[in-house]
Amino acid sequence: MIRALGWVLRRDLLLAFRRRGDVVNALVFFVIVVSLFPLGVGPEASQLRNMAPGVLWVAALLACMLSLARLFAPDHQDGTLEQMLLAGEPLVVLVAGKVISHWLMSGLPLVLMAPLLGLQFDLPADALGVLCVSLLLGTPVLSLIGAVGAALTLGVRGSGVLVALLVLPLYVPVLIFGAGSVGAVAAGTGAEAHLLLLGGFLALAVVLAPWACAAALRIAME
Amino acid sequence: MGMSKTGRFSWYYFSSPQSFYPLAGVLQPWFAGLAVALCAVGLYISFFVAPTDATQGDAYRIIFIHVPAAWMSMFLYLVMGFWSGVGLVLNTRLSSMVATALAPTGALFTFIALWTGALWGKPTWGTWWVWDARLTSELILLFLYIGFMALQAAIDDQRRADKAGAVLALVGVINIPIIYFSVKWWSTLHQGASVSMTSAPTMAKTMLLGMLIMALGFWMYSIAATLARVRCVILERERHTDWVAAEIGGQS
Amino acid sequence: MNWGSWQNFLAMGGYGLYVWGSYAVTLVVLIAEIVALIARRRGVIERLAKYYAARRRNHETEA
Repeated sequence: MIRALGWVLRRDLLLAFRRRGDVVNALVFFVIVVSLFPLGVGPEASQLRNMAPGVLWVAALLACMLSLARLFAPDHQDGTLEQMLLAGEPLVVLVAGKVISHWLMSGLPLVLMAPLLGLQFDLPADALGVLCVSLLLGTPVLSLIGAVGAALTLGVRGSGVLVALLVLPLYVPVLIFGAGSVGAVAAGTGAEAHLLLLGGFLALAVVLAPWACAAALRIAME
Repeated sequence: MGMSKTGRFSWYYFSSPQSFYPLAGVLQPWFAGLAVALCAVGLYISFFVAPTDATQGDAYRIIFIHVPAAWMSMFLYLVMGFWSGVGLVLNTRLSSMVATALAPTGALFTFIALWTGALWGKPTWGTWWVWDARLTSELILLFLYIGFMALQAAIDDQRRADKAGAVLALVGVINIPIIYFSVKWWSTLHQGASVSMTSAPTMAKTMLLGMLIMALGFWMYSIAATLARVRCVILERERHTDWVAAEIGGQS
Repeated sequence: MNWGSWQNFLAMGGYGLYVWGSYAVTLVVLIAEIVALIARRRGVIERLAKYYAARRRNHETEA
């Protein structure tokens, strides 16, 4: 089982490395969206500081969602997914491997890039730290929930927009507590409760999402 | 009808679309009648029994439809999730059809809750839209309903549409409490909850009675509308069977 | 609750627009759903009747 997980992970990461453009594109999208906001609302530092958590988190949500199309669709098109289903390994393990590699390619770069963008918004150092931690806890949840949406819309016409419609409402709690944690630090009330809840969401998503995703994949491949 | 060979009443008998179709046809007018009667009583209470509120004036009378609509919208999503789950686990086609038929009515009540919430907010809060916990969760609930319907509409294969919708509905059911709780936390954090829609302290009894009766009326309406829609769905999906051919042949 | 006159009832203590706006839209939306359901049922029956008629004709020509 662990071997199967490692195999899926290695394969997906190798494929992603060969198509570096995809990973870079999502990251650049994140940077551009975040950088557009000051241009839209004006450069006043206090206003930007107030907006920063929300802007960064919403941009992270969108960037994460954009890369969902890559999660299963290429493997579905070239038939690899069908082979994986027939391979006899538990489907949940394969899903877990794909989700982990998705997070490594789309979530982790966002976590690493976020502090830099936070500086654009004049966030203080402690808020930057919490921003990183909140993204570190939150982006895996985005990948997990997103995987369910990606599996449900696999091979469906207009699946790009549909995934957004399905997944974004489910991202609301992560957005609230992710952005809330950074805001709480800025307000001086401490972010422990927010981060604990984000951790709780992560635990819940880790337990439930792979099963839902596996079920959705089976339905899609019938 | 509904009796197995041993003479005992059997629920499984009605789990086939063929036997449920006439049952739904018989029950539907009764629920519709109940809905009309209950709503009439509810409207009478909300306009002629309940006195004018001391602080909010007569604007508060909106809650007699706002709160029941909000209740129904959440309740119907749970019912939808329940039948989706039954359809997924027991593989009964009828359950999936019921889930599909519930979605538009649920979305409708969500819209009503949002619309009346906005019209209640304008005189009470001074703006059409307030990011209050209930309104915000209703908005997200509307997105969930739309997502469910869009997903089912986008998938051509009927069985896959049923099952994919079911998985989505179940994921949504798990998420609704989390979303509601998050939004509530978020809204109390960002604004001291001024006037809550349900906390008019005076005449709580008549108000609650009116809301309950209106909610019952909406509930009966939802059942009637869902039964009517299920009948359409059954005809559409079972058109290749002999009994539908006989049914339609007998009507034209 | 005694409203006294129709004017008072319609005015709703100055909140007539909001109260009646809520109730009217609710009524309109529910009626729209009922009309849509009736139309859908008629449409389904009509479509299926045509479908069965066409199928019968096909059978007859085949036979």
